Amino acid sequence: MKRTMKKTQLVVVGSGPAGLSAAVKAAGYGVEVMLVDEHARPGGQLFKQIHKFFGSHTHYAGMRGPDIGRLLLKQAETHGVSINLETTVWGIFQDRVLGLVRGDRTERIQADKIILATGAMENALRFPGWTLPGVMGAGAVQTMVNLNRVLPGKRFLMVGSGNVGLIVSYHLLQAGGHVVKLVEALPRISGWGVHASKLARCGVPIEVSKTIKRVCGRGRVEYVDLISVDEAWNEIPGTEQRVEVDVVCIAVGLNPLSELAWIAGCGHKFVPELGGWIPRHDESLQTMVPGIYVAGDVTGIDEASTAMEEGRIAGISAAEALGCLDKRIADAERGKAYAQLAEFHQSPWGVALAAAQRKMRTGEQDGA
Amino acid sequence: MEMTNQIKKDLRIKNHPILGKAPEGTWVEIEVDGKKIPAIEGEPIAAALTAAGIRTLRITKKFAEPRGVTCAIGRCTDCIMEVDGRPNVRTCVTSVKAGMIIRTRKE
Amino acid sequence: MALETKGFLSETDVAKLPGVPSRNRMERSACAVIECAQAIPCNPCETACPEQAISIGTPLTRLPVLDEDACTGCGICVAVCPGLAIFNIELNYDDRNSRISLPYEFYPLPAVGESIRVLGRKGEEICSSRILKVRNAKKFDHTAVVSFLVPKHLAMAARNIRPDGKYEDE
Repeated sequence: MKRTMKKTQLVVVGSGPAGLSAAVKAAGYGVEVMLVDEHARPGGQLFKQIHKFFGSHTHYAGMRGPDIGRLLLKQAETHGVSINLETTVWGIFQDRVLGLVRGDRTERIQADKIILATGAMENALRFPGWTLPGVMGAGAVQTMVNLNRVLPGKRFLMVGSGNVGLIVSYHLLQAGGHVVKLVEALPRISGWGVHASKLARCGVPIEVSKTIKRVCGRGRVEYVDLISVDEAWNEIPGTEQRVEVDVVCIAVGLNPLSELAWIAGCGHKFVPELGGWIPRHDESLQTMVPGIYVAGDVTGIDEASTAMEEGRIAGISAAEALGCLDKRIADAERGKAYAQLAEFHQSPWGVALAAAQRKMRTGEQDGA
Repeated sequence: MEMTNQIKKDLRIKNHPILGKAPEGTWVEIEVDGKKIPAIEGEPIAAALTAAGIRTLRITKKFAEPRGVTCAIGRCTDCIMEVDGRPNVRTCVTSVKAGMIIRTRKE
Repeated sequence: MALETKGFLSETDVAKLPGVPSRNRMERSACAVIECAQAIPCNPCETACPEQAISIGTPLTRLPVLDEDACTGCGICVAVCPGLAIFNIELNYDDRNSRISLPYEFYPLPAVGESIRVLGRKGEEICSSRILKVRNAKKFDHTAVVSFLVPKHLAMAARNIRPDGKYEDE
C-alpha cells in the first residue's frame, strides 16, 4: 500500500468544545490547523447538551449547546480550519507523526504540534445483570435521544445524581420518556439543586442512599431490585424495592480518554478528583512530550464551558510555540482564560477540582 | 412521570420541545438477521436497530449472553456486528446505507 | 435542606432567599420570585433584567438579590434562567386568585384555555386550572412562559403544570 506523508502545523484531535475552541484560537493567530474526529458528526458532546448553559455572558451562558456548537463550527470554517470527520487517529509516533484511518485508507501526517482534546467516557457500574441489553451509560441515552432522536426504551431508572444524571433525566422527560426514579448511593444529591428541582417538580422521585442490588430480565432489562445503603456502603437488610423499567442509565462519573496520550509516551498521574489517569501537563497545557498539548475533559472531568477555555489556552500555547504569537500576548491571553476558569470554579463543586488541576499544572509535589 | 401525556406509537421522536420537528430524512431499508427494517440514511446503525426495538446486538462467545448498546460513542465495543460481511463493525458510530446487510454473530 | 436529599426546596427555605420578595411587595403587583439557593457560577438573570433589579456581581457564584422596588414583574427573567428557577407571581390578580407564570419546556405547548393540573415542587397535584397565557418569543429560545390562576393560598406552592390532554407524537 502506498503511504503518503503529509505535513501540517497543528493537528487537533477531537472536535468537541475543547478541540473546536483550540482550532479556532490557533487558526486565528495564523496557524494551519487540521481538526480530526472519528465521528461522522462534529461537536463531541456539545450538540447533545440541549439545555441552556450557565456561567456568564462570556461563557455563552443562556445559550444551548447545539447553538454554541454551530457558532464554533462557523468560526472554524471562517478561520479556514480543515475539519476531517470519520477520521480516526490510531497512533502517534516519534516526531509527532500521527497514523490516521479514513474509511479504507490509511495515511500518516507529521504535525509540528498536536492538541489532544479527546474527551471522556462513562464509568461502568458492576452489579448482577450489568451486561443486559438496556443497561447503558447516561451519555449513551443522551446521544440516542438528542442526536439520533430515538428513545432507547419507555421506562427509565437513572443511577447517579451528579449533573449528568440529573440533566439526562430531564432530557428524557423532554423526549417523552418516563423516568421512574433517580437513585444515588450517597446520602445527598451530588449535582446542582436547580437540576434536581426541575425533575422533582415533574414528579420524578429522587432517592438518596440507594443503589442497585440486581438487574433482571430475559435477554433484556425487565426490572431492578434496589436496596438502601448506609454511609459505609453496607446494604441495609429488608430495604429491597423492585422497580419495573426497561432501561437502566448509569451516571456514575466519567473518566478521561487518554489512550492517545499513553501511546504518544506522555507521563500520567492518577488523580481521583479529576476522574482518573490524567496526562501530566503544565500551565500551558503542554504534556511531558514536547509539542503535544491537552485540553478539555482529558485534562480532568469538568464541563463544556471549562473545556472551551482550556481549548483556547492550548490553542494559544501551540500558536506561541509555532512563533505565530509572542510570549507577552500569549501570557496575557492565557491569563484571561485562566481568570474565566477560576470564576467557574468558585462554587463548592469546583473547589476540589481546581485545587487538583493547579497542583498538576504548577508541578506541586504531593504533601507540599 | 410523563410530562406530555404522549402516546408514542414507536420509539422515534418526531416532535421535540427544543430540537423541533424531526428533519426530513431519506428512509431506506436495511436487513438485520434476514429481517427488513426501516432506517434513515446516515443515522448510526445502532440507532435504527434501537428504534426498531432490537436490543441484542451480539452474543458473547463463552456464555452466550446478549449484549446491546452501552456507550453509544464508539468506545466500548458492545455494539459490534457484522455489516456487509465485515465483522466487528461498531454500529453506534457507523452510518446506515440503503441495503446494508447486518448480522448478529455469535462470537 | 430537602434540596440536597430530595431535590426540592421547602416553602420555608424559599422564604429566606435573597431573590424572593416580601409579602408586602407581592401584594402590590406582579413580581419575580427567584428560587436560586446554591452558589453556582451563573448570572444571565442579572444581565437580562431591563430594570437592573437583579444583582449578583462578583464572584459569579453569589446568590441573586432582588431589588423588589425596581422589579416591574415583566417576566423576562423567567425565560432566561438556565436553571428554570425563576417564577413571576401576581398575588392579587383578583379577589380570589393569584396569577402564576412559570418556565415550560415540554412538547406540545398547551393552548390558551386548555385545562391543566397544577403541581407543587415535588410534582404533587395541588389543584386544577386553565392556561391563561403562553409566551413563546423567539428570544426566549424555546423556554415558554405559561400563565394560569390558582387560589391565593397556593401562590407560593404552584411550581409546574401538566396539561390534561393527551397527544400523539406524529
